[in-house]
Amino acid sequence: MGMTHIVDRRLNGKNKSAVNRERFLRRYRQHIKKAVADAVQRRSITDIERGENVSIPSRDIQEPVFHHGQGGRREIVHPGNREYVAGDSIPKPPGGGGGGGGGKASPDGEGMDEFAFQITQEEFLDFLFDDLELPNLARKKLKDTEAFKYVRAGYSTQGIPARLDVVRSLRGAHARRLSLGGARRRKVRELERQLAELKSNPPEPDPAFRIEDQIAALEAEIARLKGNLKRIPFIDDIDLRFRQHQKKPQPATSAVMFCLMDVSGSMTQMHKDIAKRFFILLYLFLKKNYKKIDVVFIRHHTSAKEVDEEEFFYSRETGGTIVSSALKLMKKIVDARYSPAEWNIYAAQASDGDNWNDDSPVCGKLLQDGILPLVQYFAYVEITPQDHQMLWYEYEKVMAQSPNSFAMQQIADAGEIYPVFRQLFERKAA
Amino acid sequence: MSETVDRPPKKPARKPPARNPISTGSEWTFELIGRYDEEIAKCAAEFGIDTYPNQIEVISAEQMMDAYSSVGMPVGYHHWSFGKQFLNTAKGYQRGQMGLAYEIVINSDPCIAYLMEENTLPMQALVIAHACYGHNSFFKGNYLFRTWTDASAIIDYLVFARNYIAQCEERHGVDAVEQILDSCHALMNYGVDRYKRPAPISAAEEERRQKEREEYLQRQLNDLWRTIPKSQEDEADRDRRKRRYPEEPQENLLYFIEKNAPLLEIWQREIIRIVRKIAQYFYPQRQTQVMNEGWASFWHYTLLNRLYEKGLVTDGFMMEFLQSHTAVIYQPPFNSPWYSGINPYTLGFSIYSDLRRICENPTEEDRQWFPDFAGTDWVKTLHFAMQNFKDESFIQQFLSPKVMRDLKLFAIENDDQADAYKVTAIHDEPGYRVLREKLARQYNLSYREPNIQVWNVDIRGDRSLTLRHVPVDRIPLAEDTEEVLRHTHRLWGFDVHLESVDDAKLVQEFHCPPRDMDEEPDT
Repeated sequence: MGMTHIVDRRLNGKNKSAVNRERFLRRYRQHIKKAVADAVQRRSITDIERGENVSIPSRDIQEPVFHHGQGGRREIVHPGNREYVAGDSIPKPPGGGGGGGGGKASPDGEGMDEFAFQITQEEFLDFLFDDLELPNLARKKLKDTEAFKYVRAGYSTQGIPARLDVVRSLRGAHARRLSLGGARRRKVRELERQLAELKSNPPEPDPAFRIEDQIAALEAEIARLKGNLKRIPFIDDIDLRFRQHQKKPQPATSAVMFCLMDVSGSMTQMHKDIAKRFFILLYLFLKKNYKKIDVVFIRHHTSAKEVDEEEFFYSRETGGTIVSSALKLMKKIVDARYSPAEWNIYAAQASDGDNWNDDSPVCGKLLQDGILPLVQYFAYVEITPQDHQMLWYEYEKVMAQSPNSFAMQQIADAGEIYPVFRQLFERKAA
Repeated sequence: MSETVDRPPKKPARKPPARNPISTGSEWTFELIGRYDEEIAKCAAEFGIDTYPNQIEVISAEQMMDAYSSVGMPVGYHHWSFGKQFLNTAKGYQRGQMGLAYEIVINSDPCIAYLMEENTLPMQALVIAHACYGHNSFFKGNYLFRTWTDASAIIDYLVFARNYIAQCEERHGVDAVEQILDSCHALMNYGVDRYKRPAPISAAEEERRQKEREEYLQRQLNDLWRTIPKSQEDEADRDRRKRRYPEEPQENLLYFIEKNAPLLEIWQREIIRIVRKIAQYFYPQRQTQVMNEGWASFWHYTLLNRLYEKGLVTDGFMMEFLQSHTAVIYQPPFNSPWYSGINPYTLGFSIYSDLRRICENPTEEDRQWFPDFAGTDWVKTLHFAMQNFKDESFIQQFLSPKVMRDLKLFAIENDDQADAYKVTAIHDEPGYRVLREKLARQYNLSYREPNIQVWNVDIRGDRSLTLRHVPVDRIPLAEDTEEVLRHTHRLWGFDVHLESVDDAKLVQEFHCPPRDMDEEPDT
């Protein structure tokens, strides 16, 4: 005893259960996907971007074990007796209910036989856009200043002090000292050997070369050489090495998404709502998957206008419909700002199919000849429970010609938004 | 236990003790936790409490939720069910429906206790007394824990288990491992030896022997399943055919499957073994809930009162402590909306407290009921009661008439063949013994859980496995039995049957794969 050890564990990782939680979500992904799909229909347009409550029927996730069922004879001891004496009998409640329990609803209306839990916003979006991708995404020309990255690019003899590589500089200095002093140092060693030889083993005296003179000469030479050696600097400007960094363009894929929406008078509030929801889904999908993507919002009635996100989703409009105005504006913008050589270009168009009949063939032609050659993928959703009009049939012709870069779907009610969205952007098997 | 311990004075001094409290605020610091632990340890020593060394770990609420969801294993393998547990805990906590436990304590040496950082200082002191001295000494002293668990080896074993299972996931895929674990968990309560003492688990030993097992196991299996050539079948062989295999029913289903299932791969057997070992480790806890919680509650109450007597804590401290203590041992009556059975804290605390009273101030009734220890040394009696029993026998031995009266216990019989419930006994003279026996039986695991054993394997035929259920008081098996049987079938690999045989009469049967409807008996 008395050997208590007190540890502060608070800084150790929490989230030890993260893997187990992930395993749980993985096991029930079908249930969760369904809950997410339901939630997308239910939620208002401003309200997609948050977590979600998911309920799974308890019977689907219970872990079965052998245990006793109802029936038989049991005797159970309880506390808090007030008036009973031995031998009393208490009528059973009608319906032969057991000992309470089972089938009660919890206070917040969530059934007891549901297992409910929360997923985070991020998990919500993960499940929402699981298995979706932008079709035909291709590496286009490197561009975009944001995509530069500094990479190590060897060493240079010039630079700012912060980039000085000390080890490399000293190594250079060492090499220089060796190479500059090596020969002289060898000479010194040789002379010193001669000197020692001379002292320990003097030759026959020779009046012309007195030993003392020889020694003095040798010593003078050694001193001179050593002096030279000393003057070799320990580190010199030419030894300095600086790490060099180079701006390197990142192999980035630039993509731009055009959102085209009809806001004319024939679009009822319900139509517009569906269209907006579709675009919000699209917008979230793009934001989640692509760090760098341009989105261009175009709304149109009889004329088209490029607007910002806020105006695109939230302002109202009335008037007739000329669809081609939007397509023309899109083409103009592409020509001005988004060269197809550098950009992956995507477009999604939503409309109720209503158009001035004269305009529909123009649209088909504009799309086929003017736009599809520029873009990776163009998706058209028609929001109408009714029969199609001219525009749809014109677009069908386009689809027949360019099945790989054009797709069209019909949405009759809000419930179809998400399934249609998935169909349009489903990951195609490679 | 030491015989000569310094005892506190029998009666606390009448006059209020001089106050020299360790602290006055409610904010804790590590120094203060250390100081409280030191003083509580001194008090515990006065009562001869013997513990493993303590390791107190301060953790955050999130970490407490993590600890919660791994069902008290400080190191756990990964499984979705722990994730489910975590989501459940987090939900309850975030909605404020449920407070987190103030503490979790691990039966290990050193004994690890988690303290939540949100607790106030009095709560930390309560938890230290409850977990580090109460539960800890129970783990060290109770015979079930001494016999069945090895506190010094459990952490290492859990680490071994987690690594092994992670390796299996890498090799065989998460799904394959998850399936085996699901099936093992379904039979986990039937993965323990109830009577035999298992070899203590040790990680080093496990690893050393694991290879060995791999080699021998397959050979053994081959022996069991070898087909004997017809020509050699003689009298003795025919005799053997009539004999069942196993000859005696086996209670440990997981063990039997691990050793005998024909088709399992080595790693699958090893996983069964891991689940079985962990079940065995928790088995004593399942059998001593009342005793263990009661013991810990009795000691947090007694030790903190002792601190108060010594003047080491303030009145405010005691107020907060008593409020928590009262909440912990509150027992709602049977007709309250909060009632969900007998609170083990209440029952255990009441029994130990009354034992002390019986020793210190016995009445005539106590002398009749407990002649062996009424009026004797209470510390020794309590330790004896803690060390040598499990819930069932503890209640049978020590539940006193006074406690039954205080809790107003009564027994109700619910027979599906009768029209009304019947009150069979209440807290009065003729009822005491009946009540005590009924309540004790309620804590008998083999009464609480259906008695199911391995009955036979058709070794020479279709290799089917037959389990036998022996019902008690005609209580049938629940609906999800079929589901459990599917898991058993996954492990066994051949047909699995479960017969419920009451008094030599077949009353219920289950088959996996299910049989045709017309073969099913009427119920």
